[in-house]
Amino acid sequence: MKKLILTVFCIFLFNGKALSLVQVDITRGNLDPLPIAVSPLHVESGSKDIKQDGKIIKNVGEKISKVIEVNFRRSGLFNPLKKDSFVQNPDIAHVKPRFEDWRLIKAQALVTGKVKVTDDKLRVEFRLWDTVAAKEMIALAFSTTPNNWRRVAHIISDKVYKRLTGEEGYFDTRIIYVSETGPKTQRYKKLAIMDQDGANVKYLTLGNELVLTPRFSPKNQLVTYLSYFRNLPRVYLLDIETGVQEVVGDFPGMTFAPRFSPDGKKIIMSFAKDGNSDIYTMNLETRVVEKITDHTSIDTSPSYSPDGKYIVFNSDRSGLQQIYVMRSDGSQVKRITFGKGLYGTPVWSPRGDLIAFTKVHKGKFYIGVMRTDGSGERLLTENFYQEAPSWSPNGRVLIFYRETKSDSQGKGFSAKLWSIDLTGYNERLIETETDGSDPSWSSLLSK
Amino acid sequence: MTRSIFLSLVFHSAMVVITALTLPFMKRAPIDLPPILSVDLIQITDKTSIPFAAKAAKTLEKIKKNEEERVVSEQAPPSEKKKEKPDKIPLPDDLNKEKKQIVKKKQNPEEVKEQVRQASEFEKKELFDPNQIAALIDKSKEETAETLQKSNKLTQSSVKTSFTNALTLSQEDALKAQIFGCWSLPLGLPYQENLLVRIKLRLKPDGTVLRSEILDHARMNQPGQGFYKVLAESALRAIRICQPLRVPPTGYEKWKDLQLNFDANEMLKG
Repeated sequence: MKKLILTVFCIFLFNGKALSLVQVDITRGNLDPLPIAVSPLHVESGSKDIKQDGKIIKNVGEKISKVIEVNFRRSGLFNPLKKDSFVQNPDIAHVKPRFEDWRLIKAQALVTGKVKVTDDKLRVEFRLWDTVAAKEMIALAFSTTPNNWRRVAHIISDKVYKRLTGEEGYFDTRIIYVSETGPKTQRYKKLAIMDQDGANVKYLTLGNELVLTPRFSPKNQLVTYLSYFRNLPRVYLLDIETGVQEVVGDFPGMTFAPRFSPDGKKIIMSFAKDGNSDIYTMNLETRVVEKITDHTSIDTSPSYSPDGKYIVFNSDRSGLQQIYVMRSDGSQVKRITFGKGLYGTPVWSPRGDLIAFTKVHKGKFYIGVMRTDGSGERLLTENFYQEAPSWSPNGRVLIFYRETKSDSQGKGFSAKLWSIDLTGYNERLIETETDGSDPSWSSLLSK
Repeated sequence: MTRSIFLSLVFHSAMVVITALTLPFMKRAPIDLPPILSVDLIQITDKTSIPFAAKAAKTLEKIKKNEEERVVSEQAPPSEKKKEKPDKIPLPDDLNKEKKQIVKKKQNPEEVKEQVRQASEFEKKELFDPNQIAALIDKSKEETAETLQKSNKLTQSSVKTSFTNALTLSQEDALKAQIFGCWSLPLGLPYQENLLVRIKLRLKPDGTVLRSEILDHARMNQPGQGFYKVLAESALRAIRICQPLRVPPTGYEKWKDLQLNFDANEMLKG
C-alpha cells in the first residue's frame, strides 16, 4: 500500500514538473554580420618603430588592428564597428574593458591587446571579450620578428574567427597566381605570390617563360606549376620557403593543370600521349608515372577528394564536356553533371562536401558549387569570362579570375582576381599590382 | 514684310492652339446616355377585366369581418412564465451530455431515413456502381485519415495549450519576436549538422534571467562539434541582450521555468 502511494506521489510530482515547464521555439534570428569592435592595440612605453623595406612603421598597434578589421569585413561574417564610435580609450580598454561602453555601441565581441617592439622582437598580446556576458573568450600572446607584424594580425584574425564561428580561419594564408602585364596579344606572365589580402606581393619568375596553373600543396609550402621551356611543357616544383626549384619532368604534347594529392606525395595531371589526353599521376619520390584513365576522349582537370579516395575530372566522353567522379585507381567512373551547358575545372572542397566548377552556358561563364554526387548545383556568380576556382583552406571561400571584354585590338582587356563565399553574396575584388589569373590558395601557414 | 507675315502666322497659330487646349467648350465630353428601358404600353379601360373580381371582393370582406371580431391590444404584456429552478447546478459532464444530445439531434447520418435519401435512377446507378465502390472506400479512408490527422493536431495543440497555459499565444509570440531581434546567428555554421540548442531558464518575476542551463551541454566537448559551442553561446548572448524577457505580469509560478529551443536548421538550410 505504501509503495502504491509512493508511486502515485512520484507520478504526480514528475508530471507536475513536466507540466510546469513552458517551451518556446526560436526558429528565426538575425543573419546580419556579427558586430565586433577591434580596439587599436595599445603600444607599450619604450616600444620602438618598425623598419621594413626602407619604410618606418609607426604605431604598429593601430596597423595590426586595421589589418584585423579588414580581414573581418572581407569575410562577410563580421561587422567591425567604426573606431569613431568607441567610447572607451584603447589605452584603458586593454587593461579592463568597460563592457557597458561597448554594449552601448552594439558591439557583441571586442578585441583588445597590447604590443611591444624591441630591436629584434615583436610581442603581441590580445584578448577577445564577449561584451554581453562580460567575460573573456580567448587570450593569446605571440613573439616574432618585427617584420612579421602583418602575419601576427592574420593569426589573431584566425583565432578570433575560429572562436566566434567554430570553423578554422583562412587569413594566415597565401595566394599564388600568374601575374600578367602587357597588351592582350603579347602578355608577359610571371609567377607571383601574395598574402590572401593582396599585401606582400613577390614575383617568383622573371617572365621570360610562359607559366601556367600554379597549385599549392595542401600539406606544405610547395608549389607545382607548368612552364614552357623551349616550347616544351615542363612541370616544376617550387619550395616557397627556401626558393629551391626543380623540374619534375618533361611531358610531351599538351600538359594541363598539375595538382597535388592530399598527402602531397603525388602529382596528378593530364597530358596527351599518342594524340589522346588522359589523366596520369606521378609519385614525387619514385618519379613513377601511372595512367589513371584510358579513354579515347579528352580527360582533363583532375582534382583529388580530401581523403584521397576519389578523383573528380572533366571529360567529353559523352559528347559534351561534363564532370565525372572516379575512384583514385581509375575505376567506377560516374558522370555527375547533366545540366545544360559545359562544365569544367572541377575542384574538390577541403571540407569534402562540395565540388566547385566553371560552367559555360549561352555564352556566359558561371562559378558554382554542387554536392559530390552532382546534386544541389548552385551558381554563385555570372560574368562575361571567369574560371579556375580555388578553395580557401576552410572550404568557405572561392578565389577565381575574371577577364573583361576588349575590342578587336585588345583594348579594355584586364584580368583580375576575385573572391566569393558560399552564400554567393560576398563577392570581392582582390587588389593586385598587375593583372592576375590562375590563383591557388595555400593551406594555413600556422596550424 | 515676309518676316512680319511669318511672325503673325506663328502667333495666330499659337493662339489657336492655346484656345483649343484651354477653353472648356472645345473639349467635347462624351455623351453619357442612360441604358434603354423597354416599356409595354397598356390601354386603360373603364372596367377591370379580371373575371373573378366579385369573388375576391367577397373574400376580402370576410377577412375584414374576422379581423374586426378579433380583439388584440396594441401593446400586449409579455406572457408570464414560471421560472424553472434547476434542481442542481449542472456539472460539466452533464453539460457535455446535453451537448452530445444536441449534436445527435443535429447531425447523425446513420439516422437519416431512406426516404430522405432520395436519389434519381441515374444517381442510384452511380451509387451502386461496383467499379466505384473501391474508389469510394479509398476516398473515405483518405478523408478519415485527414480528419484523424486534423483531430490529432487539434488534440496536440489543445494539449500544448493546457501545458503552456502560462503563456497565451499572443504572449508567446511577443516573447518570440523579442528574441528573434536579439539572436545573431553565427553565419559560418555547417549546414549538414543538427543546429538545435535547448536552454532552460529560471526567471525572476520581472523577466530577468536568474539561471540558465544548456541542456545538451555534453555535446560541446564531442569531437567535430566545435560549432555547437558557438551556436550555444550565440543563444545565451541573445537571452542576455534581450533580458528582461517579455513575460506576462501574472502567473509567475507557471512560467518561472522556461525552456527556449533555438533552432537554426530552418534558417540556414532554408
